[in-house]
Amino acid sequence: MREIQRYRQMVSEDSPAELFEVEGEALWKKPQGPKQASLEKCDLGLGPGVLKGAYAQLPRYFKDADRVMDLETRLLHCMMALQGRSREEATQRVFGNADRPSEMESLSAYIATQSRGMKMAPGLSHPKEKEAYELGRALYFQRTGPWDFACTSCHGEESKRIRMQALPVLLKPEQARPVVASWPAYRISTSAFITLQWRMNDCYRQMRLPEPAFGSDTTVALIHFITVTGKGEPYRGPGNKR
Amino acid sequence: MQRDLHARGQATMDRVVQDGVQRVCTESNDRPPAELAKRLEADQMKTIAFPQGNLIGDWKNGERIAQDGRGLQWTDKPGAPGGGSCYNCHQLSPKEASFGTIGPSLSRFGAIRGNGPEIQKYVYGKIFNAKAYNLCSQMPRLGYSGTLTEEQIKDLVGLLLDPASPVNQ
Repeated sequence: MREIQRYRQMVSEDSPAELFEVEGEALWKKPQGPKQASLEKCDLGLGPGVLKGAYAQLPRYFKDADRVMDLETRLLHCMMALQGRSREEATQRVFGNADRPSEMESLSAYIATQSRGMKMAPGLSHPKEKEAYELGRALYFQRTGPWDFACTSCHGEESKRIRMQALPVLLKPEQARPVVASWPAYRISTSAFITLQWRMNDCYRQMRLPEPAFGSDTTVALIHFITVTGKGEPYRGPGNKR
Repeated sequence: MQRDLHARGQATMDRVVQDGVQRVCTESNDRPPAELAKRLEADQMKTIAFPQGNLIGDWKNGERIAQDGRGLQWTDKPGAPGGGSCYNCHQLSPKEASFGTIGPSLSRFGAIRGNGPEIQKYVYGKIFNAKAYNLCSQMPRLGYSGTLTEEQIKDLVGLLLDPASPVNQ
């Protein structure tokens, strides 16, 4: 166990994630869309343009959209509202690859890093936040699809792994905390920056299910449920993963 | 789910309609009442068409199938042969270090249990429809779902039971 911690420590210094943070900063400031506006007035929950600590208080309820949003969902909202971009255009390429990250990935890196050291504190008090938590929890247990998988099929029992990948039981705070503290992250094996919307999408793919819409209530609820379960953990990301 | 998910590739929306087994297991947190479990397991058993004769296929092909994690995803070509993803969850050949622990180790399965008609039938049936033996098992119903063909399942039976298979060394 100590060796993997040492490995993680080593890869977190001069992290490749920093390259994505730099790209994200440029995108945050870049005028885009029909309104030729940057994202600098985007309100991530602490006021327009306030980035310090913003990631740590997500997901949360947003009155202007009347729904709970995670970081990427909120970024999409700002791309549409501030930059005048259509949903279709802004979500055309939400997940990137080794050759080129997506806007969402770079922006996520840039914004997440500014919550480093702060305790994860997703929204808990608004009725819709409670609803999202309950929905996420229900989805976590729902067995469905041709392989009868639920999240619990892999993430339901202690000390299990798929091939060599350890599987945290995200129902348990002590296992959810290190997870929420390290996403989004640079995935070394694919040279790609991965986000929680990507993770939910890819889980559904591997569960042999149809695709969840980007920023849908389903994906937000799952992310919210996991973040609430891991709340209180000081954010350490963006991280590096295998 | 109906609203937020959409079909992509071969992953169509009919997949999210829960069947009785999935509903019962979801509602009971995978701990169904014993009577109900017995009845539903018997129903699941009826879905298995056991082939006649020897069920031990080609273990070399079985090893390939066990290693293959493709099939039924929206990134997989519809109709293309898929694998069983067996190593995702199980230990099998001692030569393969990269194995999962979601399911029990199958190391030396045939060496321990023999390879006669009863055990052949058990292994075939379990792979075809694991829910016939344990209603809320996390193991996919690989035959019932159309993931694996009869021949592929026989090859996996070979992988587990053939004395020459690496699993039994």
